[in-house]
Amino acid sequence: MRKAIAVIFLGIIGYYLLATFFNIPFGIARVLDGVGFKYLAMGVPDTGAANVVTSIVVNFRGFDTLGEVTVLFLAATGMGALLHHREPMKRSRQNASIIVKAGARILFPLIIILGAYVFVHGHLTPGGGFQGGAIIASGFLLMFMSYRSYHVNHVVISRVESLAGSTFVIIGLFGLVYGHSFLANVLPLGTVNTLFSAGVIPLIYIAVGFKVGSELTGLLDTMLKTVK
Amino acid sequence: MIYYVAAFSLILIGAYAVLVKKNMIKIVLGLSLIDSGVNILLVALGYINGKTAPIFSNPSLKAEGMVDPVPQALVLTAIVIGVAVTALALTIVIRLHDHHKTLDISKIRELKW
Amino acid sequence: MDILLIILTVILIVAAVMTIRKKDLVAAVISSSVVSLIASIYFYLLQAPDVALTEAAIGVGLSTIIFMITIRRTRRMEE
Repeated sequence: MRKAIAVIFLGIIGYYLLATFFNIPFGIARVLDGVGFKYLAMGVPDTGAANVVTSIVVNFRGFDTLGEVTVLFLAATGMGALLHHREPMKRSRQNASIIVKAGARILFPLIIILGAYVFVHGHLTPGGGFQGGAIIASGFLLMFMSYRSYHVNHVVISRVESLAGSTFVIIGLFGLVYGHSFLANVLPLGTVNTLFSAGVIPLIYIAVGFKVGSELTGLLDTMLKTVK
Repeated sequence: MIYYVAAFSLILIGAYAVLVKKNMIKIVLGLSLIDSGVNILLVALGYINGKTAPIFSNPSLKAEGMVDPVPQALVLTAIVIGVAVTALALTIVIRLHDHHKTLDISKIRELKW
Repeated sequence: MDILLIILTVILIVAAVMTIRKKDLVAAVISSSVVSLIASIYFYLLQAPDVALTEAAIGVGLSTIIFMITIRRTRRMEE
């Protein structure tokens, strides 16, 4: 009965969605002077970053990114609060096989270097702080999986996280003091398509990379601690 | 066009799971399917035939030959927020399982509809 | 090219249906990670390499792991 109602209901919604979207052609420029084209035209002269998506995320709409980082922080805090146990459960000491352990030990530094590369080059190539942080967290996950006794120091993680978060805000305040607005690009822009270019964008993305990486690592550690 | 069909299928299948399924992990899986569907729809709306990704990696690329970057920046944000929301929802599922010893949402009296 | 896209879409829809049909939650979560993987290929084809990288790192990797930890912590079968 409930299934039938749900199917009818979704059928009506699906019919109207498809009927609406058949009138919106795919792959055709609909807005000729929209904000996206303004960003494309102004992105390189204004911010010096070759990757326009990065210049939108970090510079044009940088305040949104600060809010996003805050949401991520609140989610991690909420998980820590909900999963808090007075007596920490002991993880079983059973390790993975020798092949997994040896492979993990070789791969771990390489994964960390890849993550750092992705967030340092965020203004030149696809990628950035969020992707690099996620890659670093998956490197730590590999270590959690292969060595059951491996654990990270929560004090260090929360220090790194708050330091990176405050770096973001302080760079933004520098823009307010020396420029015209919060997160204004106050450093010299340099030559486009070189590593030292785009002013504050690489600095902010490095801070975001450290913050996301430490946050997701702490989140995985919190969840894995509760597994017997 | 086929991207629209894929996006709507994901949204409708996810909504079906949220409405009908009783297992809480299945409901969260349905939410993450809706998430993927909406992301595909947004990026597909910004695509323009024959244009390249919005990265000025060599000087011959012109701003006129690039797709709309705004939906891509939006979706980048949405994916990261999505995983944080999923993790928080699953934490609540773990707490409910600890308390009621079941994942079946119809057996948890306080949540019945 | 179009044939490839149609095959990908069929796999995507089958994986999405398997995600909600399978009684074994581990199989359901693996199917949902297939959905994320194909979404990541879609983003690449739609000229959005930034989004494709994000989806591959976060949607396929981390979110699957978070579901797996939850299943390990609670129970595996949907009764």
